[in-house]
Amino acid sequence: MVYRITAEADRQHIEEFRANPIAPHSPGLQRMLNIMRTWTGGDQYILIARVEFAEFVIGRMPEHREDPIVVEEDMVFATREEAEWELFCRRWKQHTGESLNMPLKDEA
Amino acid sequence: MLKITGYPDRLSAAAGETVNFMVSLEEGERFDARLVRVIHGDCNPEGPGLKFRHVPSNADGSHPGGPQRIDAGSYMSAPSVPAATGPFTFYTMIWPTLLRLGNQTIAAQWDEASQSGWRVAMEKGGAVSVTLGGPGGVKTLTGSRPMVERQWYALCIHVDPVSGLAVLDQAPVVPYALADDTVSVQAQLVPAAPVPGLAMAGLAMPDGTVGAHFDGKIDGPALIAGRHGPDLHDRMMTRPGDPSLRRAVIAQYDFSKKIDTPEAVDIGPFARHGRLENLPTRGMKGWNWTGESHSWREKPEHYGAVHFHSDDVYDAGWTPSVALELPADLPSGPYALHVSCGPSDREATREDYLSFFVTPPKGAKRGERPRLLFLAPTCSYMAYANHGEHITARGVELQMNRMVHFGHSDLYMYDHPELGGSLYDTHLDGSGVAYSSRLRPILNFTAQYHSWLGGHGSAVYQYNADTHLFDWLEQMGYDYDVITDEDLHEGGLDLLAPYDVVMTGTHPEYHSTRMWDAMKAWIDRGGRLMYMGGNGWYWRVAFSDHYPGAIELRRAEDGIRPWISEPGEYYHSFTGEYGGLWRRIGRAPNVMAGVGFVAQGFDFSSYYRRAPDADNPRAAFIFEGVPDEIIGDFGLVGGGAAGIELDCINTDLGSPPNMLRLATSELHGSMMLLVNEEFGVVPPALGGDQNMQVRADMAFGETPAGGAIFATASIAWCGSLSHNGYDNNVSRITGNVLKRFLDPAPFPTAPLGKDGQA
Repeated sequence: MVYRITAEADRQHIEEFRANPIAPHSPGLQRMLNIMRTWTGGDQYILIARVEFAEFVIGRMPEHREDPIVVEEDMVFATREEAEWELFCRRWKQHTGESLNMPLKDEA
Repeated sequence: MLKITGYPDRLSAAAGETVNFMVSLEEGERFDARLVRVIHGDCNPEGPGLKFRHVPSNADGSHPGGPQRIDAGSYMSAPSVPAATGPFTFYTMIWPTLLRLGNQTIAAQWDEASQSGWRVAMEKGGAVSVTLGGPGGVKTLTGSRPMVERQWYALCIHVDPVSGLAVLDQAPVVPYALADDTVSVQAQLVPAAPVPGLAMAGLAMPDGTVGAHFDGKIDGPALIAGRHGPDLHDRMMTRPGDPSLRRAVIAQYDFSKKIDTPEAVDIGPFARHGRLENLPTRGMKGWNWTGESHSWREKPEHYGAVHFHSDDVYDAGWTPSVALELPADLPSGPYALHVSCGPSDREATREDYLSFFVTPPKGAKRGERPRLLFLAPTCSYMAYANHGEHITARGVELQMNRMVHFGHSDLYMYDHPELGGSLYDTHLDGSGVAYSSRLRPILNFTAQYHSWLGGHGSAVYQYNADTHLFDWLEQMGYDYDVITDEDLHEGGLDLLAPYDVVMTGTHPEYHSTRMWDAMKAWIDRGGRLMYMGGNGWYWRVAFSDHYPGAIELRRAEDGIRPWISEPGEYYHSFTGEYGGLWRRIGRAPNVMAGVGFVAQGFDFSSYYRRAPDADNPRAAFIFEGVPDEIIGDFGLVGGGAAGIELDCINTDLGSPPNMLRLATSELHGSMMLLVNEEFGVVPPALGGDQNMQVRADMAFGETPAGGAIFATASIAWCGSLSHNGYDNNVSRITGNVLKRFLDPAPFPTAPLGKDGQA
């Protein structure tokens, strides 16, 4: 059994990821991300660049290549970081049951 | 999605020669083409942007086009085998590897259009079937129990095409407790119409393609006249050349012969040899491999298997679309045929840059050419050709430490597995891709390609990362020639001899023995090597005269391996050479470049800190105008000059003792990981945040013949060259080294005095 993510123990890492989704992460955040990102079968999330460096959507790649990639066209992101945050929120809910109702960046 | 793609018939050509380009359109009937010099292929808005220079040529203008397809999947064809008109028995050993798909042809004399002949196949789930077809219709006998994946079986199939009798015996080589995989069934089917020729692992389709491929190994197939049982199969395998069979053999294939060729040798009296198409994997251990020998040259009788894959591809074989006549005065350098079929938008990319290099004229002599040569690492480009681990493997998001990027080309790649994989990928059946060919579209060997693998930011890798160097050379006004790895393999030391300085690409990882020998000889004769990347001279690959344009790799006993060769399959089929890491062959990268691979991580890059050796008078020329303590804390590839893959000095592995450690990178993250050949016992701290081995050593050293080696030791280095309008310490160090290396004055070979003078 690997480390189990819980809201109580891991809530401390949320702000670190939200502030900088792609950066050197603290050991605690990196452990959580490694567990969140470990593929356990089924679809795998991917980042689809509709326009490189400008427009992204999330896709889900099926387990077998014979099946088509599912593209989530309803959510469009201007940056990779926005998409990373959206996926983080989904995985946080999957692991803890909690919804993170906040954007990547706080409004100025 | 990508709407246009293609490939050239060669990766290099001299001015005045003709290069044929094969182009395929997903939409429309015409495309525009133009020859361009490739200067900068990275579209990152933080960098200099795309730079191409149009070169007028006969290719300029509009050309007719249309879709061209690849017929992937390997198979054997033996057209001289006569149609079966009397009872016969088909024997083979078989190792199935993809049971979840059905309709896999094992052997057949079958006409798909008329549904006639006989065919032995594997059905979905692993059951073997025998189908007979003729005027009386089509009937199939299916084995009552499936085979187990990746287990050897002996198949004995008897067919009487006149009476329609079919008998199927299936026996596992290794019996397992509670397993139920032995079959002995028979049925009266229908008379089989005579169909000449023997097909194995694939079937000719009415549309001209070959389909219904088999995934797995086949060993020792034979057609014997008359009705026989499994006992004869046992005798045949234990007594090769049994004289009692001489009058009965129709064809008997021994795949352990001519392993380095596409030939399937019939050892029977009629010599009805077959041909293996689309590069199935040879030199594969057969059902009888014992481990007694690991080399197919030493014990060929243990290597009688061919591993067929439904997604093998060697030569796409497309019709040429453009015959580009290279202008006679065209300078050597990186070029591409830019093809486009309309404006690109968020849904589709409608242009491609079909890359190739223009080489100096053949027989170029010293003094007639520029003194600088760029060795285009085309073996590495080919090794990574259509690198699809983001599709074929899982765990890529973990390795990248961020979401897996898919651009339009990646979406196209996903939908078109027939493009064939890279040497990093696995086939559909999970076995490793051991061959890679350039005779097919290579979607990541092109300017503009944004890789899922490169560091955050530009995310360029291999070819497109090397355009950072093309751009810098252009910006700095250097005149240089280009040859490719393949040229070096074929031409050897003579091709390097005219040059004083060789610059590598960012990631020159794959080398054949002839390439390695030529480069080492050139360095030992006084050449000056500028190793502009990391993870160089890592894997040994092989070329083949029988398969021009293809290379082979065995991912043997060590190294970063996305797949691992089966024990006993470490020797190249192309050459018989032992494959794997150069380090495990006694030629670590350090012997060539002064540094060797030590760590990899793909999220962000770091910087170098000046080391004490930087103040050595021998290195003064390198740091002229660079007083900085910190070097390369900027860049398009992960934000720093030290990243992606790192090398360091290690005299135990062959780094010359006089190498100076000029600067060392630091502050890498936990995902910059020590490579596995660096430890025997797994240490608890592999990441760069805790492991002091994880670092790049910028290095310099003189060679005994008055030459020198400079190593950046980092793939990310070239991504920093253009920072601040090319005015930065990475650019200045590179320029300082190149300036001195182009100076014909020999480097000192005797110990220096305290004043730094010889």
